[in-house]
Amino acid sequence: MELIVEMNNIRKSFPGVVACDDITFKVRKGEIHALLGENGAGKSTLMNILFGLYQQDQGDILLRGKKVNIANPNVANNLGIGMVHQHFKLVHNFTVTENIILGIEPIRALMVDTRSASARIEDLSERYGLNVDPEAKIEDVSVGMQQRVEILKMLYRDAEILIFDEPTAVLTPQEVQDLIKIMHNLIEEGKTIILITHKLREIMAVADRCTVIRWGKVVGTVNVSDTSEEKLAEMMVGRKVLFDLNKIEAHPAEEILKIENLSVRNSNGMLGLKNFSLGVRCGEIVGLAGVDGNGQTELVETIIGLRKPENGRIFLKGQDISSLSTRKRIETGMAHIPEDRHKHGLILDYTVQENLILKNYYFEPFSRNGLIDWDYVYAHAEKVINDFDVRSGQGVEASARSLSGGNQQKAIVGREIDGNPNLLVAVQPTRGLDVGAIEYIHQRLLEQRDQGKAVFMISLELDEILDLSDRIAVIYNGELVGVVNASETNENEIGLMMAGGKRGAVA
Amino acid sequence: MSVFAVILGLIAGAILMIATGNNPLDGFYFLFRGGLMNIERVGNTLATATPLIFAGLSVAFAFKTGLFNIGGAGQMLIGGLCATAIGLTFDWPKPILLAVIIIAALIGGALWASLPGLLKAKFNVHEVVSTIMMNWIAYWIIFYIVPQYFKGPFLETESQRIPAAASLKVPWLTSLFSGSFINLGFFLAIIVVVISAFILERTTLGYELKAVGYNRDAAGAAGINVNRNVILSMAIAGALAGLGGATFYVGFASNMQIGVLPAQGFDGIAVALLGANSPWGVFAAAIFFGILHTGKGFMNAMTAIPPEIADTIIATIIYFAATSVLIERNWDKLLKFNRDNLLRRKKKESLEVEAGGDQ
Ligand SMILES: Nc1ncnc2c1ncn2[C@@H]1O[C@H](COP(=O)(O)OP(=O)(O)OP(=O)(O)O)[C@@H](O)[C@H]1O
Ligand SMILES: [Mg+2]
Repeated sequence: MELIVEMNNIRKSFPGVVACDDITFKVRKGEIHALLGENGAGKSTLMNILFGLYQQDQGDILLRGKKVNIANPNVANNLGIGMVHQHFKLVHNFTVTENIILGIEPIRALMVDTRSASARIEDLSERYGLNVDPEAKIEDVSVGMQQRVEILKMLYRDAEILIFDEPTAVLTPQEVQDLIKIMHNLIEEGKTIILITHKLREIMAVADRCTVIRWGKVVGTVNVSDTSEEKLAEMMVGRKVLFDLNKIEAHPAEEILKIENLSVRNSNGMLGLKNFSLGVRCGEIVGLAGVDGNGQTELVETIIGLRKPENGRIFLKGQDISSLSTRKRIETGMAHIPEDRHKHGLILDYTVQENLILKNYYFEPFSRNGLIDWDYVYAHAEKVINDFDVRSGQGVEASARSLSGGNQQKAIVGREIDGNPNLLVAVQPTRGLDVGAIEYIHQRLLEQRDQGKAVFMISLELDEILDLSDRIAVIYNGELVGVVNASETNENEIGLMMAGGKRGAVA
Repeated sequence: MSVFAVILGLIAGAILMIATGNNPLDGFYFLFRGGLMNIERVGNTLATATPLIFAGLSVAFAFKTGLFNIGGAGQMLIGGLCATAIGLTFDWPKPILLAVIIIAALIGGALWASLPGLLKAKFNVHEVVSTIMMNWIAYWIIFYIVPQYFKGPFLETESQRIPAAASLKVPWLTSLFSGSFINLGFFLAIIVVVISAFILERTTLGYELKAVGYNRDAAGAAGINVNRNVILSMAIAGALAGLGGATFYVGFASNMQIGVLPAQGFDGIAVALLGANSPWGVFAAAIFFGILHTGKGFMNAMTAIPPEIADTIIATIIYFAATSVLIERNWDKLLKFNRDNLLRRKKKESLEVEAGGDQ
């Protein structure tokens, strides 16, 4: 079959790490080719090279059989390569149209001709079933919609080779289904797709072939029809991966978090959370299931202290914390793995070791009399990155920005669990992690529980909720639909509740 | 310091000198000679640089917290007013008087700048707008207070001269630099540079300020009090500019004029930019500007080059410093391009040598 992309013997190193080590990667025209590998294996780097963001140190790239030099993303665009990045690159106070034409604005009579652009965007949107409103502002649309804007951006530039870097990490299960449909539409129109994902099930569902890389080297390329999730996981991690957690029975004790009749306004001034009540006990994991945008963000931000409640109270260890500062709440033993790691989780321009003291820099032994003890901070960071397998070129002195997406996530999770919190509010704790890392983080969350700590987990992944939780609360339209014991429910029931269907018995 | 910006600025200056029919080598020779020729001129260069160091630090410090302090001029005026008022009012022994003057200027500047900080923290008023307004408020305060309470013997438009006991100029230093303007302010500047670097690198305060500057959402989510840091950062910036005002009005000069916003307050932005917002970078940038300012008169006297060329060089450097990120990126590309060519050529050669070998 005809090869459309050939990357031969690609090497790329960063200070202290060889991100791509002699990688040869070939994509056939019209296929969906998955790229699989552990966090920090070099997937994003390889694709950034193909997209012209980085230059390879060695190796050639052939497109449609011809050798090309992709000096920058504009060249990539002209060659018909488009990319949706792991972390989107949209201007938030611009409209969809403005974002899409950014850099290639059609000019008529010295003015930007948004009208004709809009028309063309509508056209494309319809043709590929993207369902995007060209006039909407980015800040007002969901993450799934933002992603479809990124897809439109590629299509608008007539891209034929579409690179998706972990497109489903931020999507709800329904949106994932939509995306899969969109991908099939794209293939039918003759496009070629390279898909980076950690979700083996998605690879099995959509991809034709899969190339696995580990530590910057290719392990192999397989036909998806000849393989299985287990085999792929083993190829990628280099050992068998336990898909079963070893979960012992929970021994819940006293209630540590009590949410009482909480109502919170969302950013549009509407009630995003309505009269919500829930308790979390020590020694249990409570999962909150729900479709994205049903009040989870408002709930979490209010628990953390970033949002003021309209009504109702929050108790931590019996103390009313509703009007306490975020710091006071943290000092009472609350930790938080945020939904948006770049916005709320990390200071990207700080090093890893600086990020790992973000919540404890101000007390001993991290600092003394206002002076930071950098030796201690270094040693502490070394321990955390070893425990949580945070990989980077320059160890704890690498800037957080230079870490791969999954390693950024591991650094945050490491920081929060390392503080040994009484209550861990974990939003999508394993977003963007590879299966090995997910297994590890899940084990650590269970360990917290078994030590008598409480975990309140908010996740869009139903599997994660079902596997890990002892009790499952379901939220819909800002209201609590019900709470069920994980052992007495199943995917179907939770799915129904997530759509607002009440359940008679509330456990 | 962005060396590129300096080099490009100097090249632009050279082109201008050639365009106006002058020899740039002569021009630069006299420009730098004018700033460094003898001990007196070195002293004047350092004296000119002193308020720039403070103003630059002020802008740089606020910038670390993500704030644009355009109010350096007003903060200098208030610092200068506090210093002048105390110098003219009290008749204390010099060491005590100077200590009180410095502290008063520091507090005056800090309070003055914390107001925009407060407005930003509480009402989200953009600090660029409020600091510029504060500049004009300071301007008019001086305009009324100086003639009212500290009028000079001859002119309505300036204050009395401060007594020798209230001046940062000290005889031993003046004579050491054979009569130059240099004063104790320069040593104060060095101390403050060291302290600023220490605060930013080693203390929890610096850690917080920078965290807020880099990402205020993440800082807030981690429990850092963002508003407190915004106010604190502005107060420190104001204190630094206030000190600069003292070194300017009771050190470099010996009275206050009304109706002038000190240009150093704005030059501080350029100094901070060129010094890449690091304390020692600011120090070096301020001295460099000091040389140009001190040397331009001499260049003008010795050649037919107008002194505005020196100002143009400064302006060009600022321009390039502002775009230095871009320049450096392209520079890297250029280097890489050359290296690639070299590699390719080498590879070709080696291929030719072992023709038929694999790849
Ligand atoms: N700009 C950079 N500077 C320094 N190191 C970098 C940079 N970009 C990537 N790296 C390093 O290169 C390695 C590969 O990173 P890459 O982002 O390609 O991983 P990935 O396979 O996409 O991982 P993930 O699944 O976590 O997104 C990592 O060790 C990372 O720290
Ligand atoms: Mg990646």
